[in-house]
Amino acid sequence: MEWEVVIGLETHAQLQTKTKIFSGASTAFGAEPNTQACEVSIALPGVLPVLNKEAVHCAIKFGLAVDAEIAPRSVFARKNYFYPDLPKGYQISQYELPVVGKGAITIQVPAVGKNPAYEKVVNITRAHLEEDAGKSVHGAVEGMSGIDLNRAGTPLLEIVTEPDMRSAAEAVAYAKKLHELVQWIGICDGNMQEGSFRCDVNVSVRPKGSDKLGTRREIKNLNSFRFMQQAIEYETRWQIETLEDGGVIHQATVLFNPDTGETRAMRSKEEANDYRYFPDPDLLPLEITEADKAQVQLLMPELPSAMKTRFETQYGLTNYDAATLTASRDLADYFVATVNAGAEAKPAANWAMGAIAAKLNAEEKSLADSPVSAVQLASLLKRIADSTISNNAAKQVFEAMWNGEGEVDAIIEAKGLKQVSDTGAIEAIIDDVLAANQAMVEEFKAGKEKAFNALVGQAMKASRGKANPAQVNEILKAKLGA
Amino acid sequence: MINQSLATLSQMLAEKQVSSVELTQIFLDRIDTLNPDINAYIALDQDRTLAQAQAADARIAAGNALPLTGIPIAQKDIFCAKGWQTTCGSKMLENFIAPYDAHVISQFDAVGAVNLGKTNMDEFAMGSSNETSYFGGVKNPWDLTRVPGGSSGGSAAAVAARLCAAATGTDTGGSIRQPASLCGFTGLKPTYGVVSRYGMIAFASSLDQAGPMAKSAEDCALMMNVMAGFDERDSTSLNREKEDYTRYLNQPVSGLPLAGLKIGLPKEYFAEGLDAAVANVVMDAVAEYRKLGAEIIEISLPNTGLSIPVYYVLAPAEASSNLSRYDGVRYGHRTDQYADLMEMYCKSRAEGFGAEVKRRILIGTYVLSAGYYDAYYLKAQQIRRLIAQDFAEAFKLCDVILGPATPSTAFKAGEKVDDPVSMYLQDIYTISTNLAGLPGMSIPAGFAQGDDGVPLPVGLQIIGNYFDEARMLNVAHQYQQVTDWHTRMPDLTAIEGVA
Repeated sequence: MEWEVVIGLETHAQLQTKTKIFSGASTAFGAEPNTQACEVSIALPGVLPVLNKEAVHCAIKFGLAVDAEIAPRSVFARKNYFYPDLPKGYQISQYELPVVGKGAITIQVPAVGKNPAYEKVVNITRAHLEEDAGKSVHGAVEGMSGIDLNRAGTPLLEIVTEPDMRSAAEAVAYAKKLHELVQWIGICDGNMQEGSFRCDVNVSVRPKGSDKLGTRREIKNLNSFRFMQQAIEYETRWQIETLEDGGVIHQATVLFNPDTGETRAMRSKEEANDYRYFPDPDLLPLEITEADKAQVQLLMPELPSAMKTRFETQYGLTNYDAATLTASRDLADYFVATVNAGAEAKPAANWAMGAIAAKLNAEEKSLADSPVSAVQLASLLKRIADSTISNNAAKQVFEAMWNGEGEVDAIIEAKGLKQVSDTGAIEAIIDDVLAANQAMVEEFKAGKEKAFNALVGQAMKASRGKANPAQVNEILKAKLGA
Repeated sequence: MINQSLATLSQMLAEKQVSSVELTQIFLDRIDTLNPDINAYIALDQDRTLAQAQAADARIAAGNALPLTGIPIAQKDIFCAKGWQTTCGSKMLENFIAPYDAHVISQFDAVGAVNLGKTNMDEFAMGSSNETSYFGGVKNPWDLTRVPGGSSGGSAAAVAARLCAAATGTDTGGSIRQPASLCGFTGLKPTYGVVSRYGMIAFASSLDQAGPMAKSAEDCALMMNVMAGFDERDSTSLNREKEDYTRYLNQPVSGLPLAGLKIGLPKEYFAEGLDAAVANVVMDAVAEYRKLGAEIIEISLPNTGLSIPVYYVLAPAEASSNLSRYDGVRYGHRTDQYADLMEMYCKSRAEGFGAEVKRRILIGTYVLSAGYYDAYYLKAQQIRRLIAQDFAEAFKLCDVILGPATPSTAFKAGEKVDDPVSMYLQDIYTISTNLAGLPGMSIPAGFAQGDDGVPLPVGLQIIGNYFDEARMLNVAHQYQQVTDWHTRMPDLTAIEGVA
């Protein structure tokens, strides 16, 4: 039987607000335990929550970015359960009426093997505001567990998709797209190591062609895209094998172990929780007016989809190039800065997506740390455009710039890479080449086109790569009477 | 001295007839004598209290006094007060020293009032007799064998026995008005949202409201001027302009003091269940109002009978969640011996909470559970709106509503402890206003003979429309101009003599 995997994601994005969602305590990461825990964070008797408007702005931004319904009235609810790092004994979240309703995100699924790249729309079910819990710290005190409430009350936007994804690649492409989007619109720093962006993945399988969903298992707290890919692939195989062996899938929460590459169900007790949700009487319903939305709209950056279309029309880029550049805010900004510094669009795009991306990737650096700035890249591309150097020479110059050997013109000078465009000089070289390669000349005249390229190669070699290839071509053609 | 109004005390302080330290000491001495029998206070801290009195005297000397500067006020132990033991009447918080001030406390501090001490109360404000307090019951100063009502029983006994100049209370279903009625003084529960709940330990968040407990309507008005006002730390606090609650006290409508005032009597408040002697006192008060020029009409609040069942779904639901924070992890009682986290939770809470609190946590957890939520919580919320609608209809016909505050006078200690439903019925006339968010008050209207012949106070309840506190205080004040029930004091010479 052929199987189909069905995947939906729930993502917790920590919002980049200065203070917590219901108190004035700082949200900065990495402080000494419990130094960012005010009386509200500790849940002292008598304290009350007050909603941070900045967190609401973040939610509205996200709603606008995914073209979603933004609820004119949403409600905070209490999710009741006991846990040491949950100081109130309940989490303030949104349940029946979330702030953001149905929306959609278009993703680019990269090519895998012989399967080509494609676009897909993933539907967003909802996104809601809630507070993060604290952290249990084990091992800090001998024989005891510690509680750090610095994170308690950090604002989260939980973003839930429809079960729209059909492969690990699609799920990862969605997660990456979402990861980029929340950073793009400035609501989340996207730091997965610090837990700013955490994904839970719901996975089920069903016979291909069936429209009935299988029983799902939820893989919790994946903090890297690679683990997500591995976890989904393992989980999918496990579910298919279980069903093919005549087994039954039980709804469960599972954890991924990166060391073994396997998923394993957590205690089934977890499933028995009844969270007794009810509207939080300490908070008024959240009301968002058209004016509020309009105000946030003014703060919205150009979205990737709009920027992609603009890149196609304004810079004449292909759909693929525009999509690749706008897959990341940093890359898009880098490209635009390169063009604004005087480079032509197409080579700027090629270099940004090619040489720069490859270098960064190899050295695990981000664009912010790139040794070659957009202005520097533009100065290099200008030297190609004005025929000062050849494309080949440009690669050497780029290497040197990357290694911090100086600015473009100085490197060209130092390495003697300046292209020879003096017609007389090139003619002299070609004359020498023709004289020394009479056999090739004969072959060419006999109709062997390939011999022409060989002669160009000889001429370039003789100029030690510095002759302008276009001129070499032209002069050679003239001299051979071609 | 102890029987003087706040206005008089303030004047005496201003004229240096007495210092705040002297006045405070008078009350502290009286507490020393009477509190062992009455048990109105849980926490006293003479040094802290007298330091505040000294500061008040300096302020008065500097000419910066406000109406309540230097006046000794008793604070219900539900308010966090920095440096003070703050127990909420529970073993769970027996050793909890609040590290911050409730809004109400800081408001009194700001005007230079003196905190006399923290008053006894039913555990987490759950009770109508003060018998659920971990710190023992409070005696009704009018008859020490009887309860003072609850949950603000300590504040009530302190006001009645003149163990303070005035006190604060909180009212979730009648916890200011029922004890005011049973102890014979004036208590006001304001419109929900008028007094900030910040730092007031939550019982049922959508119903809890703090208010003054004092000897007269005029005293309550002065207290309200300090307690009321917007606080951005409470999202349910209403952002309204500051008002002067004394402004209507002496303002006649026209001609007779209350000419033109339309008073509604809800027929449901005079039906079965109301003690005949209480009914008589209330009707005498109504007759007095007619003499003051008010017009009396009959109204109906048809959903009154549903208020108790609705309340006992919603209040425990909120309480079950509000009390989850008492888990032994960060503060409060933690059991000595435990093998694991679950046992630590279970034993800490089993030991820290009393029976009534546990009962309500269980009810609340049940009504919020999957499969029961719609039938209980959601249904109760719907009926809550109907109850509010009843009042909206009634206030189309009348300006204020009068009726009994409680179905009977103070009952004997121990009489109802094993019968929670009978205890819950104590609040039959007061609960609806909490559900609707309306202001209500109880003022002394006379006495009725208890079953053993001792005369006991009877309260008259006044219910107003939203934000009509100043008008209600006028209605109460005019009555207190022509009656002297509110000046009566219980005879405590028997205890005083012993000391």
